[in-house]
Formats: sequence, structure tokens, C-alpha cells
Amino acid sequence: MTLSGDQAQRYSRHILIDDIGVKGQQRIAEAKILVIGAGGLGSAVLFYLAAAGVGTIGIADSDVVDLTNLQRQIIHFTDDLNKPKIQSAREKIGRINPDVQVNTHQEFVNSKNILELIRDYDFIVDGTDNFSSKFLINDACVISEKPFSHAGVLVFDGQMMTVVPKVSACLRCIFPKPPLPSAEQGSNQVGVLGSLAGAFGTLQATEALKYIIQKGELLTNRLLIYNALELTFREVTLKKKTACPACGENPKISTLTDYEKAIGSL
Amino acid sequence: MDIIVNGKNEEIVSQTSLLDFLTSKKIHPDRVVVELNTTIIEKHILTDTIIHENDRIEILRFVGGG
Repeated sequence: MTLSGDQAQRYSRHILIDDIGVKGQQRIAEAKILVIGAGGLGSAVLFYLAAAGVGTIGIADSDVVDLTNLQRQIIHFTDDLNKPKIQSAREKIGRINPDVQVNTHQEFVNSKNILELIRDYDFIVDGTDNFSSKFLINDACVISEKPFSHAGVLVFDGQMMTVVPKVSACLRCIFPKPPLPSAEQGSNQVGVLGSLAGAFGTLQATEALKYIIQKGELLTNRLLIYNALELTFREVTLKKKTACPACGENPKISTLTDYEKAIGSL
Repeated sequence: MDIIVNGKNEEIVSQTSLLDFLTSKKIHPDRVVVELNTTIIEKHILTDTIIHENDRIEILRFVGGG
């Protein structure tokens, strides 16, 4: 893919970077990235991937824009209320960068649709807001050998890691099974600082772009933990676990199950 | 003796097990994952795992929001 004159100008601040250059920008233009969840994390991810010139961006989300979303889900505006999030996000992406091909998937990811959903993409970004989807994305990406960025944010805390299946530790190497539903707290119960979602979404977009341009060190085998109140970033070293139920030598998870069923069986 | 917990220095008495340590902090072991010197400790051996001087402990919680 060659860049037009306008594109060379639009992406000039990328092209100036030695580790990106024209070749890296072309890779970005050829990349296909799926963002699951167009919420707090997904908003920042989508904005930066669109501006960066990612050739194809997929958005999967089944929700419509709600008034309680607007404090942090910055891709959705007040006049988008009640509009499907995929439609609202697609409109903004088109205005930021008409070069981007946007595929919308108005569905909630589940064990039946996820493998098909992720199949055509190079990198997956988990911007979902619940345990069930996060573990499902992990398992589906491990089975399909798709690299992905995991992140979670709540109150003033966030954490994230990048998973390259077969190469680095997956979510289940650390957390073998989802916490019990009774332990699950969502932003609708305890809240979340809006800018925290933006910070982590921005880092997830950065990981996706690094994977595409094949430069630098991904956040693999490391869990990044951020506390916004203290403004501390901490890194916990992780190891791929041979007994991991998802990516270990004898994985128990060879087919996908939804969370409620998974609780008893894993 | 001194140990490092989630990146911060703490002092504990010797012969403390990881389970005792969690209990002293009112943390239910089912809600966290404990990493000791970069190795994740399985829940069933938390009670037999004794903390040593200068050990680095990470108490990890799953963060599910987005």
C-alpha cells in the first residue's frame, strides 16, 4: 500500500519517527484491529487507532449510549444518547479519519460468536467491563492464537497486560478462573474515574500499534498496575504457567464456555 | 523482619505463613492471587509457605471494569 501525498502529510509525525517511518505507517494502514467494547477504554483506543490511520477497525458492542456513560466514554457525545455505541463510534471515526474502514458488530461477545468475530483481525483490544467477557476474550484469543491487550479499570485503579499466545503468559496463568460473581464489582456499583479509562485505553492503543509496527517491548509477562490517587505505576513480573488451564501444556479449556457455566467446571 | 509487599516495605514477625499474612490484612485468599518472588503460589500451599526476610510479595486482584 502506498501513501498518498495527503496521507504522507497527515501521518508525517509518525513517519518522522525512525522506528515507524513510511514502512511502519504502511503496516498501520494495512492492519486490522478489533476493539471489543466501545466504552471507557474503547473510546480512547478507537480515537487513537483511528487518528493513527489503522486501515481496518472493528468495533463490537451491543449497547446503546446511556447518560451515565458520558462521564468517561468520550467517543460518545450528548446528542448520541440512545444511539447504538457502534454507530456513534463509527461516526466519530469517520470524522477523525475517513481513510479508516470501520466494521461494526452490534453483538455482545459470547462463546458462540467470538471465534468468528476475531478471525479476520491481527490484534484484539479488550475494552469490556465484566469478568465474563474478559476471560472469554482471553480463551478465544489463546485458542485462535491472536495477540490481545487486556485492561481493567475501577475507582482509581487500573491494570493491564498484553498477551501473545504461545509466547507469553495469558490472563489465566495469573488468574486461573474468574472471581466469583459475588466478588465482581462494576463501575455501576463503585464508580470509576473517567480519565483512568482514557489513560489505559491510550496505553492499549499504543500496544496495538507497537505490535503492528513490530517495534519495542510489548507489555508481555508483565502486569502494569496503576493507582491514580498515588500516581504510582508498578510492574509485576509474570511467567507463562505450564499448568495454565488455557495456554498450558495440557489445557483444560479447548472449547469455549460462557462464564456462568465456567464457574462450576473450571 | 523486612519484606516488600506490593512494592512497599513492611515488617512482619518471623515464621509467618502467606495465609497468616493475608488473614492479618483481612484479605480472603479466594479474592486474590499471591505472587512470591515472581512465582504464583497456589492457594492450597499458602498455609505451608513461610515468608522469609526480603521476600517480595505481590497481592493481585482481578480488575474487571472497562
